[in-house]
Amino acid sequence: MTGEASPGLILILGALVVPLVRGRVRSAYMLMLPMLAFAYLLTLPHGELGQVRLFDLPLIMTRVDRLSLLFGYIFLVAAVLGLIYALHVQDTVQHVAALVYAGSALGAVFAGDLVTLLIFWEGIAVASAFLIWAARNERAFGAGMRYLIVHIGSGVLLLAGVLLHYRQTGSLAFGSLALESPGAALIFLAFGIKCAFPLLHNWLQDAYPEATATGTVFLSGFTTKVAVYALARGFAGTEILVPIGTAMTAFPIFFAVIENDLRRVLAYSLNNQLGFMVVGIGIGTELAINGAVAHAFADILFKSLLFMSMGAVLFRVGTVKGSELGGLYKSMPWTTGFCMVGAASISAFPLFSGFVTKSMVITAAMDGGYFWTWIVLLFASAGVFHHAGIKIPYFAFFAHDSGKRCAEAPTNMLVAMGITAALCIGIGSFPGAFYDLLPFKTDFKPYSLDHVVSQMQLLFWSALAFTLLMRTGIYPPELRSTNLDFDWVYRRFGRNLASRLDEIAVSAWQWLAGAVGAGVRRINDGLQRHHGPEGLLGSTWPTGTMAFWTTVMLAAYLIVSNL
Amino acid sequence: MTGHKKSDDGTYWLDKPGNVVRLVRCLYFVCSLLLAIDVFVPKHGPFKIEHVFGFYGVFGFIACVVLVLAAKQLRKVLMRPEDYYDR
Repeated sequence: MTGEASPGLILILGALVVPLVRGRVRSAYMLMLPMLAFAYLLTLPHGELGQVRLFDLPLIMTRVDRLSLLFGYIFLVAAVLGLIYALHVQDTVQHVAALVYAGSALGAVFAGDLVTLLIFWEGIAVASAFLIWAARNERAFGAGMRYLIVHIGSGVLLLAGVLLHYRQTGSLAFGSLALESPGAALIFLAFGIKCAFPLLHNWLQDAYPEATATGTVFLSGFTTKVAVYALARGFAGTEILVPIGTAMTAFPIFFAVIENDLRRVLAYSLNNQLGFMVVGIGIGTELAINGAVAHAFADILFKSLLFMSMGAVLFRVGTVKGSELGGLYKSMPWTTGFCMVGAASISAFPLFSGFVTKSMVITAAMDGGYFWTWIVLLFASAGVFHHAGIKIPYFAFFAHDSGKRCAEAPTNMLVAMGITAALCIGIGSFPGAFYDLLPFKTDFKPYSLDHVVSQMQLLFWSALAFTLLMRTGIYPPELRSTNLDFDWVYRRFGRNLASRLDEIAVSAWQWLAGAVGAGVRRINDGLQRHHGPEGLLGSTWPTGTMAFWTTVMLAAYLIVSNL
Repeated sequence: MTGHKKSDDGTYWLDKPGNVVRLVRCLYFVCSLLLAIDVFVPKHGPFKIEHVFGFYGVFGFIACVVLVLAAKQLRKVLMRPEDYYDR
């Protein structure tokens, strides 16, 4: 069968009509698009559909299997929830960007070949940058620019990798790619940038907290999860991913503890959760891959829920800095409750979604005998509870009452948060139906006695540590600050280096121009001396002198000719 | 406005320090209970350390204390004024 268009195109082409409609019609139309795409997904048979030829290259627009469908479903659910959350927004740029962004992400996960993947990969980068710029301030503009440079860089690496891979293998198929050829290595690096691998991660913490309250909810769902999908598709079982993922789970939590901007704290914890997925993909067993993609699915929901609650605080109070907030549960009780559901889910409390997905990855690490990875994953589990599970709700809604009073979040935000919270609890409490969607059939039982008890021990004793540190005053207070991370290398060191090089270049140019100028001046002076008005060769002489010299010449001629 | 007693809509349950203490005592109780039942829960994992009494609780506690103390030290190296990059 051929001719089936990518489901992403429904959102991308549909977005073009958005500027033409207004008000409630626009809201209804935008919500209809992902639902239409969802219905379309349900009609598609498994297999490689939508085969087209581009410059003699066979492209597969729509590859439908259990892995791509799982991501397709959750992306559409996330799109609907994000759109409901943003219903009050009257900004056409954000509406179009959000739809094109979600559509590109959807197109990327259904891409059956690397060229189609590349096209949607770039679409994701460009559309998402507009959600950052939509905050319309100087910080957001700078962050969006840096974000775009990094992601276009990822796209260029992907292009180079695809070309090398095609030359070597003659195939554009997007299947399993062994990390052995230079082409595959470049593709791996391109995926790694989008997946926020250590040292390639700062675009995430830099840009996400600068986007609009509603934009960040979209951003948290798609970009990094497309990268997780791409790694699961291309590099499952690649051993190097285990240490990379392990590092990713651990280092961001240190930054999260001392970060003041609560949306930036969430960006660090997003980075940490990606680590669990990357570890799962690296281990590569059926249980591990199931765990990785299941955790991606759950993470899209609980991370958007957390970003939604912080977005609601930003929308009502105007800031999400921990140092400025506190006591908001009095003004925003519903938002507080939903935030705590998100916090419990990311912390993997039993009956919440994170528990039934993260435990698969941790069990897979245990089964594979990865002792140190397991230890770090446990540390990261305690750490994520600490900074995302406790710190976020505590400093925003409880802690010391900041005296700030505001209205509860708008109804559309509450509806979006309510549905997302219900999904988090639903997946956590009834994992069976969810497990049936996973790529591999599984009989994994998350609710065994030892799983539940050991997880409760880990979490409650972590909470005990937080409480004791808080009550003894050892816990570091929230301070208005910027914490240096790897982005310092290009935002400060690199900029200073560039301006220093600029100074050197300018002074070198000035020296060169001076030297050349002096030379020219010397030549000019010489010419002036000899040929100028005062010069011997350039001055005018009286007619008498001329007559005299003519006589001398004639006389000389007379003498010479008579010799 | 840092007072945490009166607001426009009256006082809240959590505003009373006594209630916070009550909550903290509840946490102590649950933690002790979870530690106590560890004896009755057979572990199935391959790593020996997991089978040590109270491993998960003690690990979680130490992990969080280490995390916070390390992050606090990290501040000395990494913390800059809020407008550091804007200058």
